[in-house]
Amino acid sequence: MTATAPAAAAEPYDYEIVKKFTIMSIVWGVVGMLVGVYIASELAWPWLNFDSPYFSFGRFRPVHTGAVIFGFGGSALFATSYYVVQRTCQTPLWGGGLVPFTFWGWQTVIVLAAVSYVTGYSQGREYAEMEWPIDILIELIWIAYLAIYIGTLMKRKQPHIYVANWFYLSFILATALLHTFNNLAVPVGLFTLKSYSLFSGPMDAMTQWWYGHNAVGFFLTAAFLGMMYYFVPKHAGRPIYSYRLSIVHFWALSFMYMWVGTHHLHWTALPDWASTLGATFSIMLLLPSWGGMINGIMTLSGAWDKLRTDPIMRFMIVALSFYGMSTFEGPLMSLKDVNALSHYTDWTVGHVHSGALGWVAMISFGSIYHMLPRLWKTEMYSVRLINVHFWLATIGVLLYVVAMWISGIMQGLMWRAFDDYGNLQYSFVESVAAMHPFYAMRALGGLFFLTGMCIMAYNAYMTIRQGQAQQAAAQLQAA
Amino acid sequence: MFKRLKNFTHEKIETNAGVLLVLTMLAISIGGMVEIVPLFLLDDTMEKVDGVRPYTPLEQRGRDIYIREGCYTCHSQMIRPFRDEQLRYGHYSLAAESKYDHPFQWGSKRTGPDLARVGGKYSNEWHTQHLLQPRSVVEESVMPNYPWLMTALDASDVADRMRALRTTGVPYSTTQAEFDRNVQQFGAEHAQMQHIPDAQVNLVKQAQAGNYDGDNRSVSEMDALVAYLQVLGTMVDFSKIKPETLVKFR
Repeated sequence: MTATAPAAAAEPYDYEIVKKFTIMSIVWGVVGMLVGVYIASELAWPWLNFDSPYFSFGRFRPVHTGAVIFGFGGSALFATSYYVVQRTCQTPLWGGGLVPFTFWGWQTVIVLAAVSYVTGYSQGREYAEMEWPIDILIELIWIAYLAIYIGTLMKRKQPHIYVANWFYLSFILATALLHTFNNLAVPVGLFTLKSYSLFSGPMDAMTQWWYGHNAVGFFLTAAFLGMMYYFVPKHAGRPIYSYRLSIVHFWALSFMYMWVGTHHLHWTALPDWASTLGATFSIMLLLPSWGGMINGIMTLSGAWDKLRTDPIMRFMIVALSFYGMSTFEGPLMSLKDVNALSHYTDWTVGHVHSGALGWVAMISFGSIYHMLPRLWKTEMYSVRLINVHFWLATIGVLLYVVAMWISGIMQGLMWRAFDDYGNLQYSFVESVAAMHPFYAMRALGGLFFLTGMCIMAYNAYMTIRQGQAQQAAAQLQAA
Repeated sequence: MFKRLKNFTHEKIETNAGVLLVLTMLAISIGGMVEIVPLFLLDDTMEKVDGVRPYTPLEQRGRDIYIREGCYTCHSQMIRPFRDEQLRYGHYSLAAESKYDHPFQWGSKRTGPDLARVGGKYSNEWHTQHLLQPRSVVEESVMPNYPWLMTALDASDVADRMRALRTTGVPYSTTQAEFDRNVQQFGAEHAQMQHIPDAQVNLVKQAQAGNYDGDNRSVSEMDALVAYLQVLGTMVDFSKIKPETLVKFR
C-alpha cells in the first residue's frame, strides 16, 4: 500500500453498511425515546392525547416499542453484527446486493409499522403488532440476513468462529423461528392489511408469549451478549475472562430461554403445567445469565482503572450490572406468589425498562461510541459529552425504575387490600389516582434518558463531520 | 459411538459453521415444541361449558375496533382465581371463554380495570359517555377521549372478515348444512347471526335494535364497540356450573 492511495481503497471490510445502520440506530433511538417520553406523559396528563386518533395512547404505544426495539435496537444489532462478523472472520461481508437490501428493507419496515399503527392497523399482539404484508417483508429481510451471516462465516480466514458470532447466529435463528410461528394469520383480503390470528385463546396466548418473551431473550439479550463478547474485551484490551464459561453461557442460555415465556401467563386460563414449566426454567436461567455477567465484568480485571478515565468502559460495565440486576429480578417475578402481586402492574414495566434502558441501550451506547471513531477514522468529537450522556442515562434509568417499583408494588397491594369487614378496601380508580406522582416521575426519568440520547446524536454528528473533513484534507494533500 | 463422543471437543463445533447452525437450531427448538404442541392435543386445555358462541357481526366489528385502538395496552381480559379479583371482577376467566378470540386479548397490564366481565355492568349510555369523555364520569381516569368513534361504521367488508375468521376455525356458516349445525349447537337465534350471507343485514339489525350510542339514524363505530363490551364475560351462566367440574381443568 502506498501513501498516495485513497484511504477507502485500502479498506478490507465493508464499512458502508455498518455506518448506515449506526446512524439509523441513533436516529431511531431519538425518535423512539421521544415517543416513549410522550406516551409516559399521556398517562400522567391525559389531555396530551389531544382527542386525536393519531396521538392516542393505545395506537402510539406500539410506535414507541417498535421504534426502540426494532429501530434503535435492531439497527444497532445489524450494525454491530456486520462489524463483528467481518473483523472476527477477517473477511468482507458475503452477499452483494442482499446487504443493502437488509438496510433499506429494515428501515422501510420501521416506517411502515409506525404509519400503520397510527392509522389503525394492528394485529393486537404485543411487540408483533405489524400486519401481514409487513411481516412478509420482515421474513424476506431475515432470510437475507441469515444468508449473509452464514455466507460470511463460511468464507472466514480464521479456523475458529468467535463466540460473539454464536450469539448473533442464535439470535438470527431464534428470531426467524419466533417471527414465523407467531405471525400465522389469515388476511381478510389480498388488498387489505387486516388479518386474524390463526390460533385463539390459550394456544394463541402461549404462542404470543413464547414470542414475546424471546423478543426479550434473543432479540434483546442473546444478540446484545454478542455485542458484549466482542466490544467489552476489545475496548478493555484484554481477553474474555473465561472461554469455558462463555461456552456454558451460550448453550445454557440458548436452550433455556425458549421455555420461559409462559411465566407471563401465571394464574391465567393457560393450563397450570405450562406456566409451572416456564417458572422452573426462569429460575434455572439465573445461572447462565449471571455466568455471562460475571464473564463480562471479570474481563476487566487488571484494567479496572479504565473505569475512572473512560466513560465508554463505564457504559459497558453499568450495562452489565443492569443485566445482572434484571436477570435476578426476572426469575423473582416468575415465582407464582410474587407474580400474583406484580402481574398487570407497573412493576413489569419497570423490569422491562431496567433491562431495555439499563442493559440493551447502555451496551449499545458503549459499542457505538467504540465504533464511531474507527468507522470514520477520527477521534470522538467530545469525550466530555460522552461522560455527560453517561450520567444523564444512569440517573434517567434509576428515576424510571424506582418510580415503577413504587407504583407497581403499591398497585398490587391496593388491589388486594381488604377492610375489617372483608370488603375490598380501594376502588380501582383510587389506585389510578395514586399512580399520578410516579407517572410524572417516570416521564422525568425518560426525559433524562432522552436528553442523553440527543447529546449522543449531536456528538456523533460532529464526529462524523470531523472525520469527513479530515479525510477530505488528507486527499487534498495527497493530490 | 462412545469412543467418538470421548474424543469430542467443543472445538469441533467452533470450527464448523454448519454444525454450529444445526446444534443451535436444535437447542432453541425444543422448549417451544414441548410447551405449544400438547396444548392442541390435550383434551383438558379447554373446559367443556355451554354458552360460548362466536361473536355476532356487530360484536366482531366492535372487537376489531378494540384491537385497532390498542385497548389491550391498558386493559386485561383475564380474571385470575383470587378472592380480590372475584370480588372486583367476578368469576375467574375460563379458557373456553376465549376460544373464538382471534387473537386473544388477555392483556398484560391494568392501567385501567380488567374488562373480561364488563358486559352488563354499566348501561349503554354510560359506555358511550365514558368512551367520549372518560373524565366526565370517572374524574380520576387517565383514559384518552375517543370522539372519532361516533363516525359511521364501515360494514361493507364484514362478510369478508367473517370468512377469514371461518378459515381460522370459527364456525360461521355459509351453507344450509352448516347453518343447521349451528342451530343445533347455538340455537336458532344465534345461528342466524352466524350466517355469513346475511352478515351485513344482521349487523344493521342488531345496531338498530340495541341503539347502543343513542342515535338510531346510522350505525356508528360506537354502536359496534359498545355491543362488544356488553357481551364480554356474559356467555357462560356460572349459576349452572358446579365449581368442582371446573377445577379439574386448571
